[in-house]
Amino acid sequence: MLTISLKIEFAGGLELLFSNQRSHRISIPSNPASTPNEPPKRADITYLIHWLKDNLLKERVELFIENGTVRPGILVLVNDTDWELEGEGSYELMDGDEIVFISTLHGG
Amino acid sequence: MPPKLCALCNTSRPILKRPKTGQQICKSCFFLVFETEVHNTITESQLFQSGDRVAIGASGGKDSTVLAHIMKTLNDRYNYGLDLFLLSIDEGITGYRDDSLETVKQNQKEYNLPLKILSYSELYGWTMDDIVAQVGRKNNCTFCGVFRRQALDRGAAMLGVDHIVTGHNADDVAETVLMNIMRGDIARLGRCTAICTQGEDTIKRSKPFKYTYEKEIVMYAYFKKLTYFSTECIYSPDAYRGHARTFLKDLEAARPSAIIDIIHSGEAFEIRDEVKRGQKLQQTCKRCGYMSSNDLCKACTLLEGLERGMANAGITDKGVKQLNAAGPTPDNLRTIPFFQMNTVGNSGPSPSPNPWPLDSGPSG
Ligand code: SF4
Ligand SMILES: [Zn+2]
Ligand SMILES: [Zn+2]
Repeated sequence: MLTISLKIEFAGGLELLFSNQRSHRISIPSNPASTPNEPPKRADITYLIHWLKDNLLKERVELFIENGTVRPGILVLVNDTDWELEGEGSYELMDGDEIVFISTLHGG
Repeated sequence: MPPKLCALCNTSRPILKRPKTGQQICKSCFFLVFETEVHNTITESQLFQSGDRVAIGASGGKDSTVLAHIMKTLNDRYNYGLDLFLLSIDEGITGYRDDSLETVKQNQKEYNLPLKILSYSELYGWTMDDIVAQVGRKNNCTFCGVFRRQALDRGAAMLGVDHIVTGHNADDVAETVLMNIMRGDIARLGRCTAICTQGEDTIKRSKPFKYTYEKEIVMYAYFKKLTYFSTECIYSPDAYRGHARTFLKDLEAARPSAIIDIIHSGEAFEIRDEVKRGQKLQQTCKRCGYMSSNDLCKACTLLEGLERGMANAGITDKGVKQLNAAGPTPDNLRTIPFFQMNTVGNSGPSPSPNPWPLDSGPSG
């Protein structure tokens, strides 16, 4: 199976849910199969969010995911660009991409 | 498809979609509009005069860290002529405030601003750790909120400052509007959107970020690489506020302008004069000189309850009666040092009928 390598950063308090570690390097399948009968498609951020939940998240899933995507109030950047400019969850990941998740909900 | 260009300069690649306008803008345009909008808010509401001594309420969190950076930047760029200070309150919460104060100390060095830290333990003789050990995890934020408000004013008085700016942002203001509506607190609803609150003898408080979205504050800190502290207070319950915040974030996800729209609705409410007049007259506390609507200010009442081992006495009117019925105040009771302002007046912010006032939201 082909994989892609990504650099993941958590900030703004989100790192607490991920072993209190800000920076992670991961490899994920580049073309995961969504269901057994469907043809595999390129891994996108929505897939990554679920992959992170299943493989890296240590506690309190409800502070990270809501309704199949990141909880409102979490900002996502793709290679230092607001993911809202990149198609949000449907952005197709490429080898070497850097994805940052920042919570805006902590502290004041 | 050619790559899209910044909606403002039309030359660079956009990095951010503005929640307020939906515009896609590049990094340098973002810095410029972010800073300029705060500058416009400041000048349009005539917040400062040249020569003012202004304290930035600094918690080490994202909002006040960005605020310190912006105040310093704008003061230099536009020659406001302000004397800026950092003012931090140390509530005495191990593993939370001690760490965030390190961030503030770093800001002090980076921006070269004088820093004053005033602690609950020096002012009240009790840290929040002590208070939680005594009262448990239920009313701790009532103590903390009352004590912080007074500590900020006293810290400002010590610095010879008559104006405190805080990092409350548009999301905070919108949330406070929603919560005051849910509580039916009309008097507060009328005041909570004011950019600047002041009584004649009290210290002014303003929110230069009143129209600034939280998303942009966090993005600004990210792109400017400002470090801030982002751990939740270990004593935070915040269930009610949590729901209002979640509701607001859901609204924002559906329609980003919702936050500004809610602030504008809050501003558009006309509060009848009877409601305003229904509030009690302001006086000064007989024990510590701080403004108060009763003989004793809220902090003195709470402190007396703590000292006499009836910690919840200060929370409700019934508790105050119980405290009085338990006998006179002992002579050797610990009290708060006497508060004195440069000018003497008779008004101030109106009293709070509910134990957790929400003029501008908590600053955890
Ligand atoms: S949550 Fe905020 S108000 Fe409550 S104890 Fe902690 S710092 Fe104080
Ligand atoms: Zn531009
Ligand atoms: Zn008092």
